[in-house]
Amino acid sequence: MIEKIIGVAAYILLAPLVGGLLDGLDRKISARMQGRVGPPLLQPFYDVRKLFAKQIVGVINSSQAAMLYSYLLLMVFSGCIFFAGNDILMSVFVLSTASLFLYFTAVITGSPYNSIAASRELIQIMTYEPAVILACVGFYMASGTFNVSGIIHSDMVMITRLPGFFIAFVFILTIKMRKSPFDVSTSHHAHQELVKGVTTEMGARNLAIYTIAEWYEVVYLLGFVALFVINQQWWSFVLAAIVILAVYFLEILIDNSAARVKYGAMLKWTWAMTLLAAGVNLLILMLIR
Amino acid sequence: MGVAIFLICFPLIVAPIMYLIRNDKVRGRVTYVCGAVITAAALCLTVRWCAGGMQVIKAYDPAEWIDHLILAGEIVLAVIVTILCFKYHRGIISLLAIVPTGMITYLELKGPALAEVNAIYVDHLSILMCLIVGIIGVLIVVYAVGYMEGYHEHHTEFVNRKNYFFMVLFLFLGAMFGFVLSSSLLWIDLFWEITSVCSFLLIGYTKTDEAITNSFRALWMNLLGGTALAVGIVYLAYRGGNVSLQYLISLGTAGRVIAIIPIALIAFAALTKAAQLPFSTWLMGAMVAPTPSSALLHSATMVKAGIYMLFRLAPAMPGTTTGMMVSLVGGFTFFMASIMAISQRDAKKVLALSTISNLGLMVACAGVGRPETIWAGIFLMLFHAVSKSLLFQDVGATENATGSRNIEDMHGLMYRLPRLAIFMFVGIAGMYLAPFGMLISKWSALKAAVDNNNIILVLFIAFGSATTGFYWTKWMGKLIAFSHRSGQKESDHMFPEEVLSLTVHAVLMIALCVLLPLISKAYVDPLLVEMFGTYTDVLSTSILIMLVVTICFVFAIPMLSMVYTRNLKMNMKLSYMSGINAGNNKRFIDAMGDKKKIWLVNYYFEDFIQADRMMRYSQIFAAAVLIIMICVVIGGVL
Repeated sequence: MIEKIIGVAAYILLAPLVGGLLDGLDRKISARMQGRVGPPLLQPFYDVRKLFAKQIVGVINSSQAAMLYSYLLLMVFSGCIFFAGNDILMSVFVLSTASLFLYFTAVITGSPYNSIAASRELIQIMTYEPAVILACVGFYMASGTFNVSGIIHSDMVMITRLPGFFIAFVFILTIKMRKSPFDVSTSHHAHQELVKGVTTEMGARNLAIYTIAEWYEVVYLLGFVALFVINQQWWSFVLAAIVILAVYFLEILIDNSAARVKYGAMLKWTWAMTLLAAGVNLLILMLIR
Repeated sequence: MGVAIFLICFPLIVAPIMYLIRNDKVRGRVTYVCGAVITAAALCLTVRWCAGGMQVIKAYDPAEWIDHLILAGEIVLAVIVTILCFKYHRGIISLLAIVPTGMITYLELKGPALAEVNAIYVDHLSILMCLIVGIIGVLIVVYAVGYMEGYHEHHTEFVNRKNYFFMVLFLFLGAMFGFVLSSSLLWIDLFWEITSVCSFLLIGYTKTDEAITNSFRALWMNLLGGTALAVGIVYLAYRGGNVSLQYLISLGTAGRVIAIIPIALIAFAALTKAAQLPFSTWLMGAMVAPTPSSALLHSATMVKAGIYMLFRLAPAMPGTTTGMMVSLVGGFTFFMASIMAISQRDAKKVLALSTISNLGLMVACAGVGRPETIWAGIFLMLFHAVSKSLLFQDVGATENATGSRNIEDMHGLMYRLPRLAIFMFVGIAGMYLAPFGMLISKWSALKAAVDNNNIILVLFIAFGSATTGFYWTKWMGKLIAFSHRSGQKESDHMFPEEVLSLTVHAVLMIALCVLLPLISKAYVDPLLVEMFGTYTDVLSTSILIMLVVTICFVFAIPMLSMVYTRNLKMNMKLSYMSGINAGNNKRFIDAMGDKKKIWLVNYYFEDFIQADRMMRYSQIFAAAVLIIMICVVIGGVL
């Protein structure tokens, strides 16, 4: 029980810090890749602080903000389920419910750019969901439980049994983390043909709320990545940290070296990848069981 | 078991009375009273069964004359179908009515002596079906009173045959009770055929060319299933000497060879009834019927008859070719129908395809045939019945109010017809969102599919969930999107009956969701024990706690957010339109300098999906699977 409380508290308190730092790191590394100096590491925190100091800007009544707050809170809640060591599939389902609220936040405004981006966000959800669900299935097959605490208590390193699921998951991470070539609904950087996608109509404090929700999400997703590595051995935690940083770096590299694709291509590639990597891995697991 | 007999006979007796009452007001009153009586009887049966310790009740050794009555019913039905087929120049279809009736008649008159069968069989599953029919079915009939009033106000081009409409509805209710309460396959066959014919008559209600074409499509597909059922019964009677459904199941569970062919044929019949591929097109065509019949027959109850049959057969499914066939066809239908639903703009078509898709998931659960999958299937059935019936009625009422059932025309419905939009929102949320029951069932189905090494089903569920989420969510988004239409409120023209039915459905929906753990422990677990003889704790305590917490949070968070943000001070701005706003958020200035209204549409991927072509290919594939598998089953026995 104590473990669960610590896990949840740590997630609620530390995730924004870690997420913000990673965001800063992202900007710094991206800048260096593009031959710029880049902002200070803590720039994301300065941005959010400044946004919080402003009044809320919206285009319709308060329901826009209500949807956004629901997005943030459900995101935190799904992370809590995960870091409390509970059912991973349930956590993923709540995560997709949270994502729907981001869609609602955007679509409720009736603003043209925002609505198009909202539809694209929905396509993104459809695109990555199979890989996430299959990853949960993979954990279940390898460890015999859907519980996160059960999964990390198994003897083996999951990735040795689930390499295909891992590849598929990292593939969809590009969508989830809003990195090029799959950042069709919005991007963390200013290079978007859709102005700013789902965040178009999020003004001032709303944008800050959104940013914090994204930080929570990134930490949750990286926690998911860590699950592929962590078991009870001390070295597995070190390994997990290395894997997380490597994956994060890989995403930045892809972001800076790939051109954005159309949503159709995103859908086809991702589903093909999910079927090939995760599907074949699933088949093998079922055969050797 | 007088109540059970009453439940079957009462609606059948009321039906001709309905036909005779020509006055709308009187008919409305009589409908309420009879509806209340049916619901009360269904509840009474449930209470008495509960008081008896929830034991299986087998009752009633039928007298000879009742068997003859059943046979006479079959023959009358065949005659009616034959006449209608010839009247509309589709004589060939009548063969599908004449041949099975001939076989059954021959069996009863000249066939081998059959063992005595308890005609009435009441257990957990039949009680569940009785409650669905007795509560949801009756609510739809009550809703129909108001709806048909509005329908004929709007559609003056159709002949007003309301008395006929209500007659068929009651006939259907009686047949449905008969179907789920009977144990003798001969009785089941009759009630099965009655539901098919009721569906046929209701689809053809408007008598337009399209309606007639579609009704005959529904007829031949359902009769084909009925033929398979009859062949199965005759086979069983000749080889086993007993036509009890329970006898067949016990043979099948024991792995006896004589059960294999009847089970495969009955499963095939159930697939046609549940509108699985390749037979899905009849349900699509059935949407031309007035909405209450779509809700009652083609979503909430009749199509569930197929599912009910498969659940009954489920213990005999695991590890058999039939089980594989059923789960494969179900999973395939689940996935394909959900993709096709993405490309539809017509709300009723979306509902039809999502019905097919959800039925597919239930069928797949039955095909796997393990306690966990049946657990999931039962909840899917329950939630689907309530939320789909709610959605159908709501779409019907919206169509009566706005004259359109195009989802694009529901843009900003929340601001125009808030009452209808909220009901619709609840219904859609119930169809797929966490923490409503559909999701927990999906969770359980996924787990069971993995446990049974059913890789194809796992993939179908993973991908099908994603596509299902897509078409529902974009519909929800349409409802709440800020309206680019004129802001004034419209009247929803709802009759009190409609409001009553919708409200009860919405309350039921939420109650079911909150009470899910309780229902699982008190009802579904015993049902599984009864069915499989073993107890499996599908919903472990940790999951249960998790679920309750999730339910509380997912309800509470948006509520609290609403309350919290209501009083926030906000700086209102125009929405971003690259600087070409024309004063407000509804217009922009086009290239010629004119003000233009904004028109926002969803993605439908019509080029990419091409529902008609996809349906045709899916049908070919599914038909091939069915034919091959049935050949394998039959060839394996012979």
